[in-house]
Parts: sequence; C-alpha cells; structure tokens
Amino acid sequence: MDRLIEGNRGKPFRVVVEEGKVREFARAVKSSNPAYMDGPQATSPPTFLASSTFWQRPENSPWGETRLNWHRILHGEQEFVFHGPPPAAGTELTAEARIHRVYEKEGKRGGTMTFVETVTEFRDSSGEMVAEARSTIIETGQAPQ
Amino acid sequence: MWDDLSVGTEGPALSDKPLTVTDFVRYQGASGDMNPIHHDTAFAQKAGFPQPFAVGMLQAGVLATWATDWLGAANVRRFKVQWREQAWPGDVLTYSGVVAAKREEDGQRLVDLEMTVTRQTGGTHLRGWATFVVPD
Repeated sequence: MDRLIEGNRGKPFRVVVEEGKVREFARAVKSSNPAYMDGPQATSPPTFLASSTFWQRPENSPWGETRLNWHRILHGEQEFVFHGPPPAAGTELTAEARIHRVYEKEGKRGGTMTFVETVTEFRDSSGEMVAEARSTIIETGQAPQ
Repeated sequence: MWDDLSVGTEGPALSDKPLTVTDFVRYQGASGDMNPIHHDTAFAQKAGFPQPFAVGMLQAGVLATWATDWLGAANVRRFKVQWREQAWPGDVLTYSGVVAAKREEDGQRLVDLEMTVTRQTGGTHLRGWATFVVPD
C-alpha cells in the first residue's frame, strides 16, 4: 500500500437521510425501536452513515487509483461521532472523505500489517459539522486466519 | 434516569438468535455493501475461508440497536467498535455493556459505556464504546 495516499481527499458528495432507507437499515440491524420507524421525524441509527460510502461515485472516494487486495483487507475499527442527535430522516448532508493516517505494524501471523484510517465529515446546509465517521481498515501480509 | 445510572450499571444483556446468511444479505442490501465474501461460499473458499463469514458492520449495528434501546436513539453522541474474532453463520451472540463513566461537559450529563459482543464459545467478536447524553 502506498503511504503517499495519506491526506488524499475525495470530492464532496450529497447524502440524503431517506426515511425509507432509515427504516430498511433499522430493520436490518434487528431494531423495532419506534424512534427509527417514526415516519418523517425518524432518527437515523448510529451506524447508518456507514452506508453512504457504498453509494458514492469514484471521484468521491479518497482512494484515487489505489487498488486494494480485498482478500487481505479486514475492517479493524469504526467510530461515529455526533455533534447533536444523529441526523433525522429528510436531512440533506454534504460528506467529504479523506485518508487521515496510514501506518504499519508487525503482525503476529500475517506479516506486516498496514492500517489506513479514513475520516468522513458530514455537514448540514449551513456548513455545520453534524457527524464524523472514522474507519480503520487493515491490509494483512497474507489471508487472515 | 441519571440517578439510576452508576459506574458499573449493566444494560439488559441480549442473546440474539443464531446468525444466518440471510441476516448478512439483508444487511448488505440495506447498506449497499455487496462484498460476496459474506454470502458466496465459492468466493469465500477461494479467499481461504471455510465459508462466508459475518458482516462486521451488521453486529456493530445490532450493538447500536441494543445500546439505543437502553439509553435512547436521539441521545447517542459517540459509538465505536473494534473487531476481534470473526463471527460465523450459526453463532449465538450476546450483546452487553456497562456504564464505565459518568461526567458533565458543557452543561450536558454524559455516560460512557463499554460494550462487548461475545460468541457462544466465549470468544469476543467485538468490543464497543459509546457516549450518550442523559436528558433531564
């Protein structure tokens, strides 16, 4: 993995917290909490914003031309920070992702492991940051056991 | 609520039904993560695994379901997970957590939780940390 990707930023992209997606997601994480099902006022679940990365376009990704060997990738950590209640259904956000940090550690079994921490910031229409998602993935030296 | 929470107060532990590939597929469809390693046996075996394994973010999401059922969906301010051992179809996972700290910051009452998701083997699938505001 190329350490030079540290600091790379993707192009900002629009994320709409859709009522139907919130309900579908809440059911998928085995919730029946009315707070997530409550129509237009529904709160989004704490891990909901993770799904936004799977809907972004290539230019929104901070990975650029970097190709990952997905057979050797593990999701190590994931964190969400909210600067108020999690965004409600109907909220329109602008997200920007960046490669925050790249570092290496010697693994016990998998050879050298490369850690990549990605941070996505979510801002509302006034530019106020409402949430941050921090993700650490690990590229192992060989297929993880 | 604030007076009911002390360092060491445990949330009501949840023992979930055995994990199924259908659970993984449902989560993958909802989240948009269609990595075949979680539902395609031939693909998983080619990558060196005996069978598809659980989507880590699904269990993270169920842990968030558990925590917000206890302390309120609108009250969460931080939620973090770290994955340990893989979880597999058929695993019976137990979701639990405890109040690790109580504090006041910027006029808000906050509790910090430490959480774990444990496999039926006793192994730890994931560890979690969360912060909730406790409204008056």
